[in-house]
Amino acid sequence: MSVLSEQLKEKIKSYLPRYPSKQAVTLPALHLVQDELRCVPLEAIREIADLLDLSPAEVHDTMSFYGFFRDEKHPLGKTRLWVCRSLACMLRGGEEVLGEICHKLQVTPGGTSADGKITVEFAECIGACEGAPCVLLNDAARMNVTLDKVDDLLNELRQ
Amino acid sequence: MAEFEPVLLRRIGKPNSAALETYRADGGYRALEKALNSMQPVDVVNTVKNSGLRGRGGAGFPTGLKWTFLPKDHPGPIYLCVNADESEPCTFNNRVLMEQDPHQVLEGIILSSYAIRARTAYLYIRYEYGPATRAMQKAIDEAYASNLLGQNILGKDFHLDVFIHRGAGAYICGEETGLIESLEGKRAWPRIKPPFPAVEGAFRKPTIVNNIETMACVTHILDRGLEWFRSLGVPPDPNNPRDAGSFGPKLYNLSGHVNRPGTYEAPMGITVRELIDKYGGGVWQGRKAKGAIPGGISMGVITEAEFDMPLDFNGPGKVGCLGLGTGAVTVFDETTSIVDVLANICRFFAHESCGQCTPCREGTGWMDKIADRIKHGQGRREDLDILAEVGNRIGIMPGTTICGLADGAGWPVKLAVKKFRAEFEAFIRDGKKSTVKSLALVH
Repeated sequence: MSVLSEQLKEKIKSYLPRYPSKQAVTLPALHLVQDELRCVPLEAIREIADLLDLSPAEVHDTMSFYGFFRDEKHPLGKTRLWVCRSLACMLRGGEEVLGEICHKLQVTPGGTSADGKITVEFAECIGACEGAPCVLLNDAARMNVTLDKVDDLLNELRQ
Repeated sequence: MAEFEPVLLRRIGKPNSAALETYRADGGYRALEKALNSMQPVDVVNTVKNSGLRGRGGAGFPTGLKWTFLPKDHPGPIYLCVNADESEPCTFNNRVLMEQDPHQVLEGIILSSYAIRARTAYLYIRYEYGPATRAMQKAIDEAYASNLLGQNILGKDFHLDVFIHRGAGAYICGEETGLIESLEGKRAWPRIKPPFPAVEGAFRKPTIVNNIETMACVTHILDRGLEWFRSLGVPPDPNNPRDAGSFGPKLYNLSGHVNRPGTYEAPMGITVRELIDKYGGGVWQGRKAKGAIPGGISMGVITEAEFDMPLDFNGPGKVGCLGLGTGAVTVFDETTSIVDVLANICRFFAHESCGQCTPCREGTGWMDKIADRIKHGQGRREDLDILAEVGNRIGIMPGTTICGLADGAGWPVKLAVKKFRAEFEAFIRDGKKSTVKSLALVH
């Protein structure tokens, strides 16, 4: 049985006219699939490969290069919370914020909280250094998340 | 310089600054109309070339000159790839531009595409910039609806499509051939050059890769004229025939231990000290600075005594740094241990090395391990020399790697060891341990 809905397949196909090669749709397709399924299952890799006239190995090769995509054994929680650990954030307490969040949720970076609401990741610079320490909620930055704001943030994400 | 009026940032913070109507009300797309009505593509190329604009992405290559590397009379297609993969740590000016004034960037993209005869432009934005991606997409949609994109733009025989391509969190995608590989749907392994992208780039066609801030500069050069651009910044050094000068305004990113971190615009050549004191409100908590990163972490490290260095394309080189980079200054105060700074930098590059070239993959990994053991009080005296040696030997300049990532990884390490050697030696000798609480992370 197909893991990609017809609608999702149509969405992927709608990217084809943008590029002179089908392979270029690999990243957009992976994004679309992970946005909807919270991971990219093995079967989805096969189906993407079919749509783009590639071998599944080629899709997997690209996918595995970017640490961004998750396989079916490691699906994302509802919110992906990236905590920046690069220099500007470290200087203002980013490492401690990451440690505190992991401790509060009882996970290591990459893990998902038991209620499935929050997946914690460490991030290399997310480009919001004027608001260090900062975090990324899925793809939008939240600035000035100091240690004292961790509880409020986690409560908000647990809603 | 106190009277300098921001140009690139002049609309930032105004109400509804991202909308087409406010952009037009402020004189937007005037330059595009002028160019399409009265200039041939080659005139646009020459204007940009003669303005002395150098790429704002890090390497500072003259933009107009890059455009002239395209093969003449190529039947096409020619592609423009706009590099918005801004991943250099402590750099965020492109994000500010895209989020708050996307049409300024888009006008530059349209102008540049006209100049290089591109009919398709890809805007490669890192995934982490969600709001910027959406702001740019909205601007693109507005432009299509107003005949600024699509077929017969403004009634002329000029067609252009702009597509956003989202990255997936890899630093190496900011390297121009890594970006192209990623765009093509492959792992972002940089290509061996030559051929340079201008000859054979995306989809094996001639391609120009330019930075977002560079695009915004193109808009203003066409609008205000190249004399305006050349009136700002630092002219070429007469004693150095290879110097192309540092003209124009520049966006500087200030972060770390300062009172007011942010993106500030100043003419090229402002000193680090001026930037910190005048714009950043000085070092935080009444402390003194110990040093700073002058242009994104891959450019090196400077000490407080070197803060009078001008931030133009030549200044950082005079104190041993790799270059101006992205103009991102990160200040660390006197209470910060240089060991923590170094360990953070090493960890970044070990994580972000793409793994294609062995010297970089292994070298960054070893520098990370060594810096980490120093941080945990297990440093050895010979470690400093090993770090400096690795830093010296990896990279495109010593000829051991394909791209410049490894140069950027080695540079801050060897400079930190050289400039702060006494502090490292004391740290190792006394068996100190870092006070930064961090997790034992698996890379």
